[in-house]
Amino acid sequence: MKKQSLPELQKICSQLRRDVLRMVHAVQSGHPGAPLGCAEYFVALYFDQLHHNSNFQMNGKGEDLFFLSNGHLSAGWYSVLARSGYFPVAELKTFRKLNSRLQGHPATHEHLPGIRIASGSLGQGLSVALGIAQTKKLDKDSSLVHVLMGDGELQEGQVWEAAMYAAHYGMDNVIATVDYNGQQIDGPTVKIMDLKNLKAKWEAFGWEVIETKEGNDLASVIAGLEKAKSLTGKGKPILNLLYTEMGYGVDFMVGTHKWHGSPPNDEQLALALGQLEETIGDY
Amino acid sequence: MSLDLKYTYTEKKDTRSGFGDGFLEAGRKNPKVVGLCADLIGSLKMGDFQKEFPDRFFQTGIAEANMIGLAAGMALGGKIPFAGTFANFATGRVYDQIRQSVAYSNKNVKICASHAGLTLGEDGATHQILEDLGMMRMLPHMTVINPCDYNQTKAATLAIAEYEGPVYLRFGRPSWPVFTPANQKFEIGKAWKMIDGKDVTIFATGHLVWEAVVAEAMLREEGIHAEVINIHTIKPLDTEAILESVKKTGCAVSAEEHQLNGGLGDSIAQTLIRHNPAPLEYVGVNDSFGESGTPTQLLEKYGLNAENIVKAAKRALARK
Repeated sequence: MKKQSLPELQKICSQLRRDVLRMVHAVQSGHPGAPLGCAEYFVALYFDQLHHNSNFQMNGKGEDLFFLSNGHLSAGWYSVLARSGYFPVAELKTFRKLNSRLQGHPATHEHLPGIRIASGSLGQGLSVALGIAQTKKLDKDSSLVHVLMGDGELQEGQVWEAAMYAAHYGMDNVIATVDYNGQQIDGPTVKIMDLKNLKAKWEAFGWEVIETKEGNDLASVIAGLEKAKSLTGKGKPILNLLYTEMGYGVDFMVGTHKWHGSPPNDEQLALALGQLEETIGDY
Repeated sequence: MSLDLKYTYTEKKDTRSGFGDGFLEAGRKNPKVVGLCADLIGSLKMGDFQKEFPDRFFQTGIAEANMIGLAAGMALGGKIPFAGTFANFATGRVYDQIRQSVAYSNKNVKICASHAGLTLGEDGATHQILEDLGMMRMLPHMTVINPCDYNQTKAATLAIAEYEGPVYLRFGRPSWPVFTPANQKFEIGKAWKMIDGKDVTIFATGHLVWEAVVAEAMLREEGIHAEVINIHTIKPLDTEAILESVKKTGCAVSAEEHQLNGGLGDSIAQTLIRHNPAPLEYVGVNDSFGESGTPTQLLEKYGLNAENIVKAAKRALARK
């Protein structure tokens, strides 16, 4: 895929946000907050960073891979997959409906291109990403493996089992990004279960940590991922702390956990869409 | 008085060694076979493979959840991962990881579970899992195998390496009679009629197949001719073989080193109730945890040995 300019990519971010809101509104269920906050990350990854094949292959040989560990961001992931050509954009309207390939949380059994493992039950994606990254090392395949986790998700113990493994085995072909929005479903992470110093935690586990302070600024997100890439192959796994705002792009949704798992009603949708330009066409 | 056994043995070996030897052979046959173990390489007999193929073996430390996820990722990348730990930690501790990353995602992961059941012995109830067959057979896509001795476990290990899909392979710790042939062909999902009979069918799995062989000889001394069927694959269950046998004998006994709830007995009951509701008696652990003791003592105390199979067979016969 030919790389697009920053303004063009910004248009896709706006469209992704519209997709997410329209998708969760249509079925009055789903999780709009976090994918709104991760629009820049998704677009930077799929339209700028990943070297991926146009024909989807489950085994991912010879291409960069992405795993969504926090599967409830499915609406955002489905949007970016469709918008980058994995499946028809029109299929977004089947999200969460009966007989759809776009399950509430990502699943493989309906063979939706782009999805390699089910996620939704939190804490499992990093382990899976490390497994296939290990396979790439065995097969002398130099492509990279990305994984996105939520910050609240880091409360799951399995994440730290995987963190320990990654450092022990020098998994320097893995870039794990944490959506550091400080929110989880019951409230702010500092109130629910304080994550304290995440940077120090990951460093103590033996990871190379970079911070992307402006996670909703596309140029910063791309620069962060470029920096992360430049640190691969040096014996340590890479952790990208991506500071985002949940609900970014809609003034009444931003910065609160209230839209973590709640869809907008008709009036709220209209208000929100009024703040997000339709750029490359609604599905 | 010595029993006229239809099968005999010259040596006793642990089924986990059958797994370890089969795993090594599978690794030699197919370079895609890789191994993972959560700090129990010696106990699982995975050391020979690790020594011969160090690049294809991954010590994960005491972190079973991560191990299951890693295995799913390796399967995704085209490897055939064998992930080993004690049956307790290979199931209950990681049920959600198996459910989402392996079963639901239909990944070619072999979950290799040792030290299952009461015959783990002295370590006691914390480690004696008796619920694993039930948990695993409830999962869609999962194949569940519980072989009976060293030779069958080795053959099963080789067979699952060639089968595409998630598998739960259960084996154990104690030294146990080796009474089935070396280099046997193992057919997943195909029950093995070991002894022909006409009065009652004994469906047994795992270590209790040997107890069923002994029970058959004891029953024969009393003029009762039992059929013994080795159900090494609990899922998919060979319902044809079960129905064919019970059609002939008219009653049955199930024998397993597992809770009565959810295991082989329930699987057979489901089949019979739908197609041929014949009397079925269960031999297994009755809604209780185990305890410390020798394997033989535990099988006796919890009612899982040959004598108990004989009693169950007589109860089933009386209900015909």
